[in-house]
Amino acid sequence: MQVAITVNGVVHERDVDPRTLLVHFLREELDLTGTKIGCDTSQCGACTVHLDGKVLKSCTLLAVQADGAQVTTIEGLAENGNHHPMQTAFWENHGLQCGYCTPGMIMASAAFTRDNPGASEDEIRHYLEGNICRCTGYHNIVKAVKQVADAAAGA
Amino acid sequence: MWPNKFDYVRAGSVDEALSSITDDGKFLAGGHSLLPVMKLRLDAPEQLVDIGRIPELQGISANGGLTIGAAATHDAIASSADVQAMCSALASACGQVGDQGVRNFGTLGGNIAHADPASDPPTVLVACGATVNIQGADGARSVGAEDFFVDLFETALDDGELITSVSLPNCSDCQCAYVKFPHPASRYAIVGVAVCLKMDGGTCAQADVAVGGATVKAVKCAGAEAALAGTTLDDAALNAAAEAVKSDIADWLAGDIAYPESYRQQMAGVFLKRAVAAAQG
Repeated sequence: MQVAITVNGVVHERDVDPRTLLVHFLREELDLTGTKIGCDTSQCGACTVHLDGKVLKSCTLLAVQADGAQVTTIEGLAENGNHHPMQTAFWENHGLQCGYCTPGMIMASAAFTRDNPGASEDEIRHYLEGNICRCTGYHNIVKAVKQVADAAAGA
Repeated sequence: MWPNKFDYVRAGSVDEALSSITDDGKFLAGGHSLLPVMKLRLDAPEQLVDIGRIPELQGISANGGLTIGAAATHDAIASSADVQAMCSALASACGQVGDQGVRNFGTLGGNIAHADPASDPPTVLVACGATVNIQGADGARSVGAEDFFVDLFETALDDGELITSVSLPNCSDCQCAYVKFPHPASRYAIVGVAVCLKMDGGTCAQADVAVGGATVKAVKCAGAEAALAGTTLDDAALNAAAEAVKSDIADWLAGDIAYPESYRQQMAGVFLKRAVAAAQG
């Protein structure tokens, strides 16, 4: 089936098998391998992207369902060569170890702080229930997200 | 994981969806229940009819009661001021489904058609007297939520029938709550209890209670309701209701090696008390 999906501002028209998941479309059709496949059962959040601005686990949506939509992946988060503040915060707070969950963590957290400036640590920890990290114990991830949440609230 | 091969049809209207569906087809809304099932090869429909963009299935309207379109997402329901005002327990339950990514795309219609016994919204729909509105090739019908959920992953839907909306009475003058014991890893309900209390001063005039998670389907609990009604919800009444609820769910218990039936049955009483406290809070 023919689809036209805008990814990181560029329209991509492809003829896809209907059973192609959005994460396959991103990684295998477009070579955007920043988005990871982790559990592949919509639990771990490694495949998190934004679809029309909303956080989505891209292993749980067909590419045909995203026809006509705007998708943002980790490759499209930086603007004009500058890291998104969440990318900078993960860097500064060392919010990662192996890095596998990091693209999904950053995509989920970037949407969260956009919608919830000034979020508390408790709210951040609760929100991140959909993104699993097996290395860090989450402390530096939460620190990074809190830094951006505080900055977004002007604190 | 790739799902099986299937034919894909995107329907623009309910009529088009009903005329497109084949014997081996399934309706696809958000896909957040169906696609995981297909990826695990627990189901392999030969056709998917995508109803996710049908305008008639969107939206939440308040007109005396609530009418929630089948394709309304959990996030839309949880954040709806109308749902929060008219059935706060449903807003709470939908806000506890999965995580934000799942709630952004998973739909109420898809959730109840899937009928996972550990999911949160069905328990509230049964407690609060919701009605499931269904359209088929032969016309429309409505089924009470209590009758809609038949057994484990089994509903009253016939082949080719489509859920169009869910209706709820206005519960704004009730005290209602949904409280669950989440599985520590999956956050699915080991036990979920929904209560809807109609208070007359300090006395409970009517109580509606349903339990999910501990059971193979959301179960209405008449014994617990009788134990609460007409009381001031004092300790004696709560203890009696906690005992009664164990009998109410005895025929429908579910369990696993970590949380066996007997444990869940006991916890249903504990969480009933917590749900009543939350409703009164």
